[in-house]
Amino acid sequence: MSVLKDSIVELIRKTSAEIPDDVQQSLLASLKREQAGTIAESALKIIQRNIELAQSKSQPLCQDTGSVIFYVDAPRDFDQAGFEETAREAVSAATKAGYLRQNSVDSITGRNDGTNVGPGAPVLHFHQHRSPEIKVRMMLKGGGCENVGAQYSLPIEKMKANRDLDGCRKVILDAVLQAQGKGCGPGILGVCIGGDRATGYEHSKHQFLRKIDDRNPNPELDRLEQDILETGNSLGIGPMGFGGKTTLLGVKIGVLNRVPASFFVSVSYMCWAFRRQGVTLSSEGKIQQWLY
Amino acid sequence: MISLTAPFTEEKIRALKVGDEVEISGVVFTGRDAVHKYLHEGGALPAEVSFQNGIVYHCGPVVLRDEQGAWKVVAAGPTTSIREEPYQGEIIKKFGLRGVIGKGGMGDRTLAACQEFGCVYFHAIGGAAQVLAECIKRVPNVHFQKEFGSPEAIWEMVVEKFPVVVTMDSHGNSLHKKVYDASVAALAKRL
Repeated sequence: MSVLKDSIVELIRKTSAEIPDDVQQSLLASLKREQAGTIAESALKIIQRNIELAQSKSQPLCQDTGSVIFYVDAPRDFDQAGFEETAREAVSAATKAGYLRQNSVDSITGRNDGTNVGPGAPVLHFHQHRSPEIKVRMMLKGGGCENVGAQYSLPIEKMKANRDLDGCRKVILDAVLQAQGKGCGPGILGVCIGGDRATGYEHSKHQFLRKIDDRNPNPELDRLEQDILETGNSLGIGPMGFGGKTTLLGVKIGVLNRVPASFFVSVSYMCWAFRRQGVTLSSEGKIQQWLY
Repeated sequence: MISLTAPFTEEKIRALKVGDEVEISGVVFTGRDAVHKYLHEGGALPAEVSFQNGIVYHCGPVVLRDEQGAWKVVAAGPTTSIREEPYQGEIIKKFGLRGVIGKGGMGDRTLAACQEFGCVYFHAIGGAAQVLAECIKRVPNVHFQKEFGSPEAIWEMVVEKFPVVVTMDSHGNSLHKKVYDASVAALAKRL
């Protein structure tokens, strides 16, 4: 087994079995907020027990180990094709080891060959940069939360959502309302204002690489993030949609330019079982540092 | 906390109400998208499987086989139930189900079937795959694994103290409806 393959399998294992520290802190804070004796509190306690068990047994936090998505930042002499081949082998090995469910299905025949490798699986995003660092981040995004994502094309008259930040606010909150507990809340929103239908969703997912407790450097977007977090949590949807004080753990908003005729707001929802992790690698592919 | 043990009789099911926290012990069968569509299209259950007075669990588990050939559930939380809304009501009626375990709740047709035929919707904690897998003590059998793939197969599971919350009861009440209506009203005040 190559060093790089070992490293990617280990990255997948840790991503699948261990909740990142920023998410854990946020969940613990939400447990304190919920009223004692409610089913919302019970739900969060089970979630905490689940986090401990998954970590100690090195088994998936959630059985839906989701779409396997890699984000690779690397210098220009980096072997991108070689990485892709090795990543596919690593995904297949991680599936055999039970870190990933057999989760990739032929969309026409419904056949599941049990490898998690196929057209578009895993997903790989490469970004070349000028630093010598090799950074590999990944996410496992389950289907339940992916299904409650939504894309809005502004203006939307019946929602009184115009092409401005207030219009964005209205549709983002509508996404929270429609999701209820179906995305396994408390959830985290990744939002993209602008872009096209493809890049909008892609960029909305990219927001999940930010830490839950970070703040948006753009003051207007920061205000919008904090506002949606507070307003979303005032709706009473609560953990799992059982009712309660914690509906959202975080809101992360990015922006892309758009063409004058289009104004998309793309909302991705991440469940509480927020599986993302990252590493920096040596040029031989050895893990040097964990990023979350 | 209410203990619900097999057999799951209509009387026990009718006694449950929205908001009850329940621990289930007995046999449950997994069934999700492929199974529901198949049964709704007139497909038959395998001879060894009966849903009569039974519980179906919307779940696609991660299952490994040990050296002795025994199945071991590695992770087994619920999947989103609303996808089965087009099928569930009729399957409750036709096969005599007493309980459906899933997450996210279901719609009016399922709620009506629960009321008419004596069934409840149990909400398990989405994503709590390890806590729930610990409650699965044995996996005696699997059906349709080849046809539908592992996550979509019917897994027969013996569970013990499997924790759920009743969010739709057999008296026409739905916590999901209640929370949705309240959140619509709350949001209207904030727009």
